[in-house]
Amino acid sequence: MAARELGPGQRKFSPASVGADAALLVWFVFSLFPLVWMVLLALKTDAEQISTYFAFTPTLENFVTVLSAEGTRLTSVDFTQAILTSVIQCVGAVLVSLVIGIPAAYAAGRWQYKGSNDVMFTILSFRFAPELMVIVPLFVIYNQLGLFDTNVGMIWVLQLVTMPLIVWILRSYFQDMPAELEQAALLDGYTRRRAFVMVALPLVRPGIAAAALLAFIFAWNNYVFPLILTGSQHTPVTVAVTRFLGGGGQAYYNLTAAAALIAALPPLLVALSIQRYLVRGLSFGAVKS
Amino acid sequence: MLRIGRGGATVTTTAAPPTKGPAAADRAPRSVPAWRRGLRPYLLSIPAVLIIVGILYPFALGAYYAFLNYAAVVPRPSFVGFENFAEVLSDPAFWTSVRVTLFYAVAATVIETALGIGIALLLNRSSLIGRIFEKVLILPLMIAPVIAGVIWGLMFNPQFGVLNHVLGLGSTFNWLGEHTALWSVVLVDVWIFTPFVAILVLAGIRSLPKEPFEASAVDGAGWVYTFRRLMLPMIWPYILVAVIFRFMDCLKIFDHVYVLTAGGPGDATRTLQIGAYQNSIVNLNYSQGSTYMFLLWVIVFLTARYLVSVLGKAQRRAAGSEE
Repeated sequence: MAARELGPGQRKFSPASVGADAALLVWFVFSLFPLVWMVLLALKTDAEQISTYFAFTPTLENFVTVLSAEGTRLTSVDFTQAILTSVIQCVGAVLVSLVIGIPAAYAAGRWQYKGSNDVMFTILSFRFAPELMVIVPLFVIYNQLGLFDTNVGMIWVLQLVTMPLIVWILRSYFQDMPAELEQAALLDGYTRRRAFVMVALPLVRPGIAAAALLAFIFAWNNYVFPLILTGSQHTPVTVAVTRFLGGGGQAYYNLTAAAALIAALPPLLVALSIQRYLVRGLSFGAVKS
Repeated sequence: MLRIGRGGATVTTTAAPPTKGPAAADRAPRSVPAWRRGLRPYLLSIPAVLIIVGILYPFALGAYYAFLNYAAVVPRPSFVGFENFAEVLSDPAFWTSVRVTLFYAVAATVIETALGIGIALLLNRSSLIGRIFEKVLILPLMIAPVIAGVIWGLMFNPQFGVLNHVLGLGSTFNWLGEHTALWSVVLVDVWIFTPFVAILVLAGIRSLPKEPFEASAVDGAGWVYTFRRLMLPMIWPYILVAVIFRFMDCLKIFDHVYVLTAGGPGDATRTLQIGAYQNSIVNLNYSQGSTYMFLLWVIVFLTARYLVSVLGKAQRRAAGSEE
């Protein structure tokens, strides 16, 4: 590998760099230890679950128990059903957000129309509003409309999570796209709609994929909406995991850890696949990298 | 809101998008009447606006609840004006919640910002170990906060938890006791969200132009001087974006605190959202819970306006136009 050019603040090897690496190491021990501990705990047997030792005979039994009827009998949580519910609610919420968010993001990114900033800021304000302000009335409304503890009700309320993310990220992508490309397509006789579908959409496809996947992660990780707006029928994994903690008298730390690991895995895998786009996504398009 | 372009020096405002009006992008050969072209952005936004209205309705309803005496035991509520506000504002429990929330938000944001900048600087050196760590940096950030709470709850357990064992604290140290709980939930917040600050700041550092730093190296400027006088002002907007996101989210913190302590012991970790949850969902006093949320919303709104104006100034300064 050729000698790397040094960027701002970068310097060549020195004793100080050993100290810097040591400092990084400290952070990563702190950062990864809970995850490692969760994996270890998930591999322990019932007898070993209250031990704090690192050496033990690992077993995959907990995962089998969590996902089977046995786990449901022990903890009264149907975890397999919860995973399915999470997938339905999160994929549903992201799809709805994409269908209504892409046109809005395109309009806001391409034209400066009267009220566009108001619309965009109202959407952004959902991201920062205290959730309970909207959940309490929804709790009352959902009970009246029969939407309490349903997938439709959850997909509706998850728009608060997925819509701002998708609209703001995609607007930043549409703004970056030169208008000349579409103009060229229009001059070639494309209709406005074909120019959008054939030229604009393919260009922002990586942005759409990243925004959709990031929205999926946040929908999956959401807790406060399903905590209040679902009962026992359509409970997603985040709420289901916490149910393992309060299982009548007997504690199942190893089962809790196994369930937590299963619930944490999809967002982790998705996040690693879109790492390049994370900075832009997490800052709602404010920081591009 | 202002946006940071590629490189701290090219800051653009969203108020000036690439094309000024419909005309520039719309010279379609097949002529569409001008009035229809003007309508286009509105038509495209209709579905989103409908969803917005659908969400704003419960919001407005929630604000309205704050002026009613609505509770499960009062199914036919009546308008009571500012009675709830008078009641809540004279309740010491509310002010405890305000204090807990502000302490949490300030402590978590300050620690995360300091650590995040430090980690970003260390990773920017691109040592071998740094490049490996960078790949796994974001893992805690991508786990659901409530699951992070569950994991830490298992580790905090005085008898069976691993922390007391590893740190040699015996089996009596209570991480979630009256005086320790608030710091412990801040610790979990730091564990989850420091990577957020770090990756934003790191992106900022990497977007900086090289020339000023080469010049300062040639001039023999020390590391501390270069960081304080050159790098910090240039990455300040990135830091502020991270601070805004963190501080605002901390004001409405709920997930991992709720699963770790449910607001206890006593009201030691009863943040405003947990207080609202207890009032409206546990005690089924919707109006009192909504009053909590209305007041929190006011705090969030004022904080957001202030921080965004600070960000705007910082971005203009980083862009070089001194005021």
